[in-house]
Amino acid sequence: MNAPLSLLKMRFLTGLQYRAAAAAGILTQLFFGLIFIMVYVAFYTHNGAAQPMSLKEVVAYVWLQQMFFALIVLWQFDVELFELITGGNIAYELCRPWRLYPIWYAKLLAARLSSASLRCLPVALVVFILPEPYRMPLPTSPAAFLLFTLALLSGLLLVAAISMLVYISVFWTMSPVGSVLMIAVAGEFFAGMIVPVPLMPGWMQTIAGLLPFRWTVDFPFRVYTGHIGVREALAGIGIQMIWLAALAAAGEWLMGRALRRVVVQGG
Amino acid sequence: MSLITLTGIGKSFKVAKRSAGFAEAVKALFVREHTIVEALRDISFTVREGEIVGYIGPNGAGKSTTIKIMCGVLVPDAGACSIMGFTPWKDRVRYVRHIGVVFGQRSQLWWDVPVIDSFELLRDIYAIPPGIYRKNLDMLTEMLSLADILCTPVRQLSLGQRMRCEIAASLLHDPAILFLDEPTIGLDAESKIAVRNFIRTINRERGVTVILTTHDMHDIEALAGRILMIGKGTLLYDGSLSELRSRYGTQKTITVDYKAGASPIDVPGVQCLSWSSGRAVYTFDSDRIDITDLINRLSAGGELADVEIGSPPVDELILQLYKEHRV
Repeated sequence: MNAPLSLLKMRFLTGLQYRAAAAAGILTQLFFGLIFIMVYVAFYTHNGAAQPMSLKEVVAYVWLQQMFFALIVLWQFDVELFELITGGNIAYELCRPWRLYPIWYAKLLAARLSSASLRCLPVALVVFILPEPYRMPLPTSPAAFLLFTLALLSGLLLVAAISMLVYISVFWTMSPVGSVLMIAVAGEFFAGMIVPVPLMPGWMQTIAGLLPFRWTVDFPFRVYTGHIGVREALAGIGIQMIWLAALAAAGEWLMGRALRRVVVQGG
Repeated sequence: MSLITLTGIGKSFKVAKRSAGFAEAVKALFVREHTIVEALRDISFTVREGEIVGYIGPNGAGKSTTIKIMCGVLVPDAGACSIMGFTPWKDRVRYVRHIGVVFGQRSQLWWDVPVIDSFELLRDIYAIPPGIYRKNLDMLTEMLSLADILCTPVRQLSLGQRMRCEIAASLLHDPAILFLDEPTIGLDAESKIAVRNFIRTINRERGVTVILTTHDMHDIEALAGRILMIGKGTLLYDGSLSELRSRYGTQKTITVDYKAGASPIDVPGVQCLSWSSGRAVYTFDSDRIDITDLINRLSAGGELADVEIGSPPVDELILQLYKEHRV
């Protein structure tokens, strides 16, 4: 087995060690999903005007958020990596025959995949059998579902590349608090985690369009609901790839610079 | 042929500084004052294959910095370093396959899972062929008596057990050089001796070159044929322990037990440290006083029951060396 796969395995083993955390996660996801949908139901019932997204689409959007929360939420950071830098265990990291950017990237993917896999299925089992209007709708077409899967996975790659920049920033700031808070607030909002992007005012949608964040949440989820059509979805996956290449290249370059000036904290 | 060559290695760190107090803290918000700390200055030495080298010096002298430069973790500001033909910080990824590292104050094992899972992860990271992994694991398990603890999560191990696992983890991939940064820190006597014996054995039987830093002079006495001493970032001494002994260790103590009541004896050049009717302790310089002669003269005070001649502990020699160089 090669190193990234075996890191993934190690992650799963660690995740399984904490069963209560996974169970609590599932309940939290269901709870927040229900609350959000209640708010939207009230909003859609008492607001007669036509909205850019139907209630059904919004319900799917909310449940997808909750199911794949661990995959795409930006502010889920791996404390272990921060501690490697600020606590000085980076020394061991650099004694291994691997390049740091790819392996940390793999670690981030492993962390997200393992934590999502423990939550996604149980949440899915529940939300597909809830009573209307809370029930999770099926994808509009097999094509939409296939494209959604692709878009979600490249969204995962993209969110990991964005968060890598936050980890690398810690080499300079020595504390994750600032960079995490900034990116969490801005990124979460413009990704469409709080309000779906189509429900935002026009000028805000323009800003969201210029940033990479909406390609991680808003885009894949609206592909699922069919709000974004097949042709548009294919083009979107192309744009995701361009963002991914740009962010990974920037990260790799910054990481090289950071390692040249690395200081092992704590002797 | 030398395996490790360091020439003129220098490294300095920028350290942010501020005095205590609220006003100072507010000021530091806008203007940061930095001082440059020179951690290493012009360090040069060579190590041959199969040597065990003890690297000593007071806290903050630059031992760990040197080790980290040799492991490819830190990039020095000046100088050159060639280890097995590699420059550690330039060829890091290819180079680190050939070395094993233990930082005594850190852990390379995954905290939450059993030790054996960490070992298997290391096997995958280093792409160790299954046959070699099996063989090394069996050997290390036996030599470090790990059989009972391999399946225990790391967080439940005692420090001594964990250190044995750390050392095993650093040797799974057959490294040619082993860097040990304070491998015996915090260990009890039994674990210390186990670790020392193990280091000696792998050096002798597998020809692993060992560089270790320590504050425990017994480690040095038991292991290192050669010591490098560093203080305030410069190399102060490079030579064997016995050389150091003959240079500074000529001061000896002699303890004499008398059978019956005896009277104190005055010998010129010999200082009496304590005297009671049954026992006397003297200290003298073995370069100037002949030991046979001294014993003869002491026996004039009464019938001797026991005589014990001791060298000062290595700790004191080192302290003397530190003092001489004002570090």
